[in-house]
Amino acid sequence: MFLTEYFRTVYKGVRSLLIGMKTTGYYFTHARKEIKTEEYPDNRATLTMFDRFKGEVTMPHDDNNEHRCTGCQACEIACPNGTIKIITKQELQPDGKKKKAIDTFVYHLELCTLCNMCVTACPSDAIKMGQSFEHSVYDKKQLKKVLNKPGSKIMEGVE
Amino acid sequence: MNLLLMVSFSSIAGGIHHWLVSNIASELLAKVIEMVIAGVALLLFLVPLCFVLGYMERKVAGFMQMRYGPNRVGPYGSLQIVADTVKLLMKEGLTPTGSDKFLFNLAPVIVVVTCMLVIAPIAFAKDFQLWDINIGVLYVSAISSLAVIGILMAGWSSYNKYSLLGAMRSGAQIVSYELSVGLSLISIVILTGSLKMSDIVMSQETGWWIFRGHLPVLISFVIFVIASTAEINRAPFDLAEAEQELTAGFHTEYAGMKFAMFLLAEYINLFVVSAIAATLFLGGWMPFHIGHWEAFNHIMDYVPSSLWFLSKTFFVIFIIMQFRWTFPRLRVDQLLTLEWKYLLPISMVNTILVTVMAIMGWHF
Ligand code: SF4
Ligand code: SF4
Repeated sequence: MFLTEYFRTVYKGVRSLLIGMKTTGYYFTHARKEIKTEEYPDNRATLTMFDRFKGEVTMPHDDNNEHRCTGCQACEIACPNGTIKIITKQELQPDGKKKKAIDTFVYHLELCTLCNMCVTACPSDAIKMGQSFEHSVYDKKQLKKVLNKPGSKIMEGVE
Repeated sequence: MNLLLMVSFSSIAGGIHHWLVSNIASELLAKVIEMVIAGVALLLFLVPLCFVLGYMERKVAGFMQMRYGPNRVGPYGSLQIVADTVKLLMKEGLTPTGSDKFLFNLAPVIVVVTCMLVIAPIAFAKDFQLWDINIGVLYVSAISSLAVIGILMAGWSSYNKYSLLGAMRSGAQIVSYELSVGLSLISIVILTGSLKMSDIVMSQETGWWIFRGHLPVLISFVIFVIASTAEINRAPFDLAEAEQELTAGFHTEYAGMKFAMFLLAEYINLFVVSAIAATLFLGGWMPFHIGHWEAFNHIMDYVPSSLWFLSKTFFVIFIIMQFRWTFPRLRVDQLLTLEWKYLLPISMVNTILVTVMAIMGWHF
């Protein structure tokens, strides 16, 4: 009884080790096909990032230079780092009423941890995560960005 | 082709010997000069060998982990090791305060010297051997266990708890695995009836022991490779270094050239162990022969014997490297369990089997 148990252990051990060696042996002999390394600066032209990759917060604008931000400041509140500063203004509507709108969306990339909380907090899907990641600059002032483009306005129908 | 066969290593060595004997009057002086030449030749062989092995290890590791390995310095990264060596040469050789300075500086030397001593009885090619001592196998297993003294010295003198722990572990490891290495060597000695390396190689003229010896020799080959991987402190048995828990184990405090000597010793040890496995189990420099197929055997004889030896050695080296990049590390208790509960009993029974086989003449 003890001996069968003993040899079973030996057999199982040797078998699993051989399976491991088979796997690495396969990788070794098929290195050309299996290598997953991205040779980053060299393949810059063809580099594609994953969908889930978070590089920076961006605000998409459509062709008419319109964005979806209502200036509700939900993102500013959601951000744990004080990265976002929304400066709002009162805009005169055609019907004579005043409405809150966004003046400047200030985004401090140097403070951002790319945690995605602002994107989930936004009720009107105005901001999303961009894929660019080459952010290094010599002066940190350059990392302070304004996300809404100059002269842009809110899209029709976004409340 | 004939020319290639004539310019063998043994003829070069013989030529140098004759020239020295006929040109130098004093016999003692000739001997000393011969020894110096042999030593320099050995160094000239070993240092580039370590470069090759270091490069090979990193490439093998890379490919097995779906990476490229070094590929920036030189073509295919081949000069990376040279760059690393230059870096190590430029570094300051620190000796920590509180350490035992004499032992601390002596330890790397001892480690390198012991592993170079083991090379003496290894036959690199036909009739090309530094010292064909008649107790070759015994000498190898005796000297190779001395390396632990260097490691213990390094750990003890470093004045660092990690170094000491690593050194103590390496002591336990070598004391236990030495037994299995010895027993698996003995199985070949039983079959050959000689401890002399040249006799062992000659006995495999009709076929290497791993083929002629059936299952028992195969088992002792496997045990030898496993146990000697443990003996030279390579992963998965790298408890003496244990980067994960002991920073770098016994050589934590070493830097610069003294650290490089430990690396050198590691690769020389790897080579030595593989060379011994190749000599004992895979026929050393003996070409691949199948029984009485005269024509086939003749073709095989045309391949230079040094090439046979090196390719077999590199085959074993590759296997040991694959171990390193495949298997998970063992804990200290698992390490000792593996030896005392599995390898040792199995190799004891195996020795009996080999003895019975040798007495009854069941091998080919
Ligand atoms: S990703 Fe996180 S840290 Fe960056 S702006 Fe959004 S909420 Fe703030
Ligand atoms: S980005 Fe979204 S959450 Fe932030 S102010 Fe604009 S609409 Fe509100």
